[in-house]
Amino acid sequence: MKKYWRNIDEIETGPVQDKSVQDEASANNEIIGFLEGIPFKTSASRRDFLKVMSYSVASAAILSACSKPIQNAIPFLVQPADIVPGKASHYASTFFDGSEYCPIVVKVRDGRPIKLEGNELYLYTRGGTSARVQASILSLYDNARIKTPFRKNNPIQWKEADTEIISALKKIRHSGKDIVLLSSTIFSPSTLKAFDAFKSSFPKAKVIHYDVVSYSGMVNAYKETIGKAGIPYPLFDKADVVVSFGADFLGNWLFPTEFTLAYVSKRKVEKGKNKMSRHIQYESNLSLTGSNADERIRIKPSEELVALANLYNLIASKLGGSPIEVESASGELKLEKIAAELLGNKGKSIVISGSNDTDVQKIVIAINRLLDNYGNTFDMKRPILTKQGSDNELFDLVNDMKAGKIGALFFHHANPCYDYFDSTQFTQSLGEVDLKVSFSGFPNETLAYCDFVCPDHHFLESWNDFEPRKGIFSIAQPCIHPIFDTRHMQESLLIWAGNTSKWETFLKNNWEKEIFPKQKEIADFDSFWVASLRAGCIETSEDEKLSITNNLVVKSVDSALKSMELQIVQPLAVASGYHSNNPWLQELPDPISRVTWDNYASVSPKLAGEMNLKTGDVIRLNNKIEIPVVEQPGQADNVISIGLNYGRTMAGKVAEEVGVNMYPFVTSKAGHLHYFQTDISISKTGKQVVLAQTQTHHTMEGREIVRETTLNEYAAKPNAGNEAHEEFEKNHQTLYPEHKYDSFHWGLGVDLNSCIGCGACTIACQAENNVAVIGREQVIKRRIMHWIRVDRYYTGPPETPSVLFQPVMCQHCDNAPCENVCPVAATNHSNEGLNQMAYNRCVGTRYCINNCPYKVRRFNWLKFTDNPKFDYNQNSQLGKMVLNPDVVVRERGVVEKCTFCVQRIQEKKLTAKLENRTLKDGEVQPACVQSCPAEAMTFGDLNDQHSNIFKLFSNERNYHLLEELHTLPKVGYLTKVRNKEA
Amino acid sequence: MYNRNVRGDLIEGNKSLADITSDILRPIEQDAPKWWFVAMALSSLAVIWGVYSMYVTVAYGIGMWNLNNSVGWGWDIINFVWWIGIGHAGTAFSIFLLILRQKWRTSINRAAEAMTVFAVMCAGLFPALHMGRVWDAFYIFPYPNTRGPLWVNFNSPLFWDFTAISTYLTISASFWYLGMLPDFGTIRDRTKSKTRKAIYGFFAMGWTGSSGQWKRFEALAFVLGGMAAVLVVSVHSIVSTDFASSVEPGWHTTIFPPYFVVGAIFSGFAMVMTLMIIIRKFYKLHDYITDSHLNATAKILTFVSLIMGTAYLTEIFIAWYSGSKYELFTFFHNRITGDYAPQFWAMFICNAIIPQLFWFKKVRKNLAMLFIISIIINIGMWFERYNIIVTSLAKDYLPSSWATYSPSIVEVGVFAGTLGLFSTGVLLFFRYIPMMAISELKASLHGGERETHETIAPK
Repeated sequence: MKKYWRNIDEIETGPVQDKSVQDEASANNEIIGFLEGIPFKTSASRRDFLKVMSYSVASAAILSACSKPIQNAIPFLVQPADIVPGKASHYASTFFDGSEYCPIVVKVRDGRPIKLEGNELYLYTRGGTSARVQASILSLYDNARIKTPFRKNNPIQWKEADTEIISALKKIRHSGKDIVLLSSTIFSPSTLKAFDAFKSSFPKAKVIHYDVVSYSGMVNAYKETIGKAGIPYPLFDKADVVVSFGADFLGNWLFPTEFTLAYVSKRKVEKGKNKMSRHIQYESNLSLTGSNADERIRIKPSEELVALANLYNLIASKLGGSPIEVESASGELKLEKIAAELLGNKGKSIVISGSNDTDVQKIVIAINRLLDNYGNTFDMKRPILTKQGSDNELFDLVNDMKAGKIGALFFHHANPCYDYFDSTQFTQSLGEVDLKVSFSGFPNETLAYCDFVCPDHHFLESWNDFEPRKGIFSIAQPCIHPIFDTRHMQESLLIWAGNTSKWETFLKNNWEKEIFPKQKEIADFDSFWVASLRAGCIETSEDEKLSITNNLVVKSVDSALKSMELQIVQPLAVASGYHSNNPWLQELPDPISRVTWDNYASVSPKLAGEMNLKTGDVIRLNNKIEIPVVEQPGQADNVISIGLNYGRTMAGKVAEEVGVNMYPFVTSKAGHLHYFQTDISISKTGKQVVLAQTQTHHTMEGREIVRETTLNEYAAKPNAGNEAHEEFEKNHQTLYPEHKYDSFHWGLGVDLNSCIGCGACTIACQAENNVAVIGREQVIKRRIMHWIRVDRYYTGPPETPSVLFQPVMCQHCDNAPCENVCPVAATNHSNEGLNQMAYNRCVGTRYCINNCPYKVRRFNWLKFTDNPKFDYNQNSQLGKMVLNPDVVVRERGVVEKCTFCVQRIQEKKLTAKLENRTLKDGEVQPACVQSCPAEAMTFGDLNDQHSNIFKLFSNERNYHLLEELHTLPKVGYLTKVRNKEA
Repeated sequence: MYNRNVRGDLIEGNKSLADITSDILRPIEQDAPKWWFVAMALSSLAVIWGVYSMYVTVAYGIGMWNLNNSVGWGWDIINFVWWIGIGHAGTAFSIFLLILRQKWRTSINRAAEAMTVFAVMCAGLFPALHMGRVWDAFYIFPYPNTRGPLWVNFNSPLFWDFTAISTYLTISASFWYLGMLPDFGTIRDRTKSKTRKAIYGFFAMGWTGSSGQWKRFEALAFVLGGMAAVLVVSVHSIVSTDFASSVEPGWHTTIFPPYFVVGAIFSGFAMVMTLMIIIRKFYKLHDYITDSHLNATAKILTFVSLIMGTAYLTEIFIAWYSGSKYELFTFFHNRITGDYAPQFWAMFICNAIIPQLFWFKKVRKNLAMLFIISIIINIGMWFERYNIIVTSLAKDYLPSSWATYSPSIVEVGVFAGTLGLFSTGVLLFFRYIPMMAISELKASLHGGERETHETIAPK
């Protein structure tokens, strides 16, 4: 007989003796033995027949009863006081992935975190999150996580690891070599304290900050001009004019979630508020930020310096200041106009740049200083502390490593063997380091070169604290007992330094000593500690008073180049390597190109025309890599842009073999990393691939899908661009009796002027509603399961298109076309106006999908759970722990769609009922509404005339998608308003 | 009633009554020819492929097809409507001509009805197979149940569909089978094999040929015919409401019920023509299926083709006249021009233009041309359904959701399987069932004038 095995262990050690398997096997043998005993050729007597019959019936019954493993559900012996089975608890904590920071509230059901929401008490996000934050819950249940400490490739015990590391460290201390903690910027006060404790034992220890995408240019420029570390915090809610040179501040730059809220709050228009900020974006690729700009001007990366120098000269000529020697910039850049606008808004403007070039940043600082923006639109009291890495220190580190000066190297949120620009050199230099230890909780390329891996807890299992800006603190508290044999990185440091205190005690003590005295509201520490844990974030009165003291503008700058350039950008979804193995983010379409599961080279329509390239054609770049192109409207000519953090080789099965690694194309010049290259060569390979795009048609075909207007028109006539709505409302009539809604009538509103298209809602919905991941092949087949998608349309010329975003979810029509066509009545209308789906009734005719004009219904084409072909979170026991128990996991062959998060409505209704009160407006928040960083969505009861949603539906800007069909959707959209001339 | 000078002899070759019996029963009483086995083998292969494809569909899910979030129906429903259309003609043919007392139908109606039954069986596979959870298909039956009771949605065109098709299948099958009773009796009486006697005897249901039986037989034929005539119109009208009652551009059209019925008759008649030519050629029954039969069918096809052309043009005109930008887009930018123009023009040329060649007598007399055009019409009718279903769904209201569709190998397999099933059925029919109604042929021997009882009696 063939030997079957389930895993490697079984081959080596023989089959695992599982009792249930044994029982079943012996039962089988008995039957076979019995049947074999019957002489086959002689005719069986009636008695034999009955014997066989009765035995087989009985054994079939027994067998069928035995075949399923018995699972024991053990109830609590002693019921814990604060856990009610089936009822969620919420804990304030903090999301930090090594580059992005966001205070959160963790929803914990029966001991496991299942959903992250923004912390509404944190004033700078007010509950908003990004797609990365929403998706990061899944990384907690990632099967690829490092489950125990390792020495080389072998799992070991913590004790063993500690003994060996400590003895190695002692040896290094003796030798006098440096001990370096290579980490993403540490802005946790207690972690720094823990490192100090480590340092007291190992005096030659130091931290080198290594930010995956470097902000070194800006960090150094400010350090030199201010004389002190700290980046002034731009206040987008105070700026009337925002000019950004390639800074994707709504996507990935510094604090995208906070900036989104501030930016949008300055751009919301309503009755009596006809003012909004003006946003001008200079950039090469069409970024999320650029797509929201009122005016977007294409520029090559190398042109940025010239353009800024000219802008500086224009402003300096009016406000005084020595001019920079520079060639004059092309008129297409409209610098005179922009300079005039900036001069007209002195002290009310923001000029920023995403460049990592100190010279560029210095000019930016000079412009802002001339415009008197510091202290007005830049917060000098609470500077940013999240980015402190300096490229020079890194270069020095590598040199020191080569020179054998580094005795030990610890990696924390750092994976230089993959994301250092010259990773080969880094890897080679590692050979000269005596002790390499990684704290990474996830597999990465650097682990292969480490002597020890001492996995850190996941952030949801950790204690931590953060000071993202001076005087603003937040706490991370564990929401689940560590799933694997991992340990706080800080605790490892403390143990190695011989410090016996637990990390949580250490952290608490540090708060008592350092942070508690900085505030005056609460008198005793215990109350302060509890209050801080409960709120998750606090703000102390302590602040800085920075000022720009040095005026360090360069004397002259080089001319821009005419050659072909490569720009390397940070993609929105898989922003840092931390998220590479996250299938939700891999499958989140890029907001602009709508591509999933890949990186690609964006080329301008003009270049595509010249080179005869179409989306999906593969090009060869610098004869090194091959990558498919996307024909991207709005892309600067002669610049191709490619996203980072793809092409992983060791990050888990989701991440591997997706895209191409672009870090090797990052260059170092004048002590800084440059995220662009000039003089690149590209050639056509003739190969073609199909990119997994979720949208392949990009114009609205003249249909009134997204209605827009300009600020002036809006001021003159509030329903500008939305004239049709009134017409349709007037003609509203029907032959049939209308639905009656006695209690609630739920409605959702989307302010298209606030929506920036980031896709946080999509992932929030995916996490809340157990939406399946389907993988690249199925996305190519246009079967994405997202219940809420953000449609993106272009208008205008392909060189300089306007971009429109529109989140589309089930519109919950009062006259729903899907409802009357279902033959089995599986989808119907609730008495609260919800269009409901009964999964167990659905037979899957897909008639509703066809008849939905919004195409928001999703079909379970294949078995997306427990299917090795869809090896994502729903195919593993661990991954399934993220599932929301309030929402059914859908079977193959049924239709699903947005429910307005009916489980949340129900929960809040019950809470209100228990408290014997009516529901408050805004109390029910579907996942998309909750997560939106721009507060673009409103949910509520249309029967309540005082509700926000009722007001929104009566707004002159409100319209319904495809209202001419008379489907009477219960989702309203507010027209988009642009601050520009018509 | 009819002037035989106009119509000519319905049966040529100066046949006696006995000749008719032996001519028609020859294929049954003799061994099957070689080509029959070859055809049967090919059909069986197609069926095997089809069954495998169906297995794959049910075992792994509809995802094995290439449908997507925008195009929820594809080859499944195209083929369903196509087969239903073909399944139309048999009954339409024999019933309308029966009611109109067109005696020339007698040579053709049996084959046409057989074709109907097989085509409707093929069609019926698709609505079941296209369900995501076919094992729950019984939810569509309206029966008192313990789930509430939870009834079906009587408003849903799919439920009407289910009702219409199952009724149609029942009536067509009964009409076809009961019409065969006298012939089964004849075979039973003539055969020397015991088995055959038993089998055909069973199916003959005790037919003796008494005048009482004949009277009831004819009355029943008229009653069933009357019922089926209504169904012929209703079944495809109802199928068309799947589309007409929706909101999709290009579907939401009041012209659909008559347009679908006419289209169905068109494709059905074309399929009848194909079969007639095959029977005539391979079984050398040109005395029964005469040139004038083919001529008459071709003339009907010409007329129906004109109606089809008018329907197409009307649809386009209304799309323009409505001023609806969605309709305009679907017709003018997605069908007449655009991505799906080849399919549209295939439909238009095959259905509205090529059949116009039948205006020429030369074409109507040319067997090869008749055969080719009859096939072309059915290809055209297939494209018509493709045109309606796929083009409307692929590009409807929101351009963000526009998606293209082409079938997967599994979908092609299912279709091939139904083609195989159909041809297997037809081949079995050739082999085991009299291809023409012997008794009725005899009745129409001399231009349909009634004969005395004595002359009909077998020798």
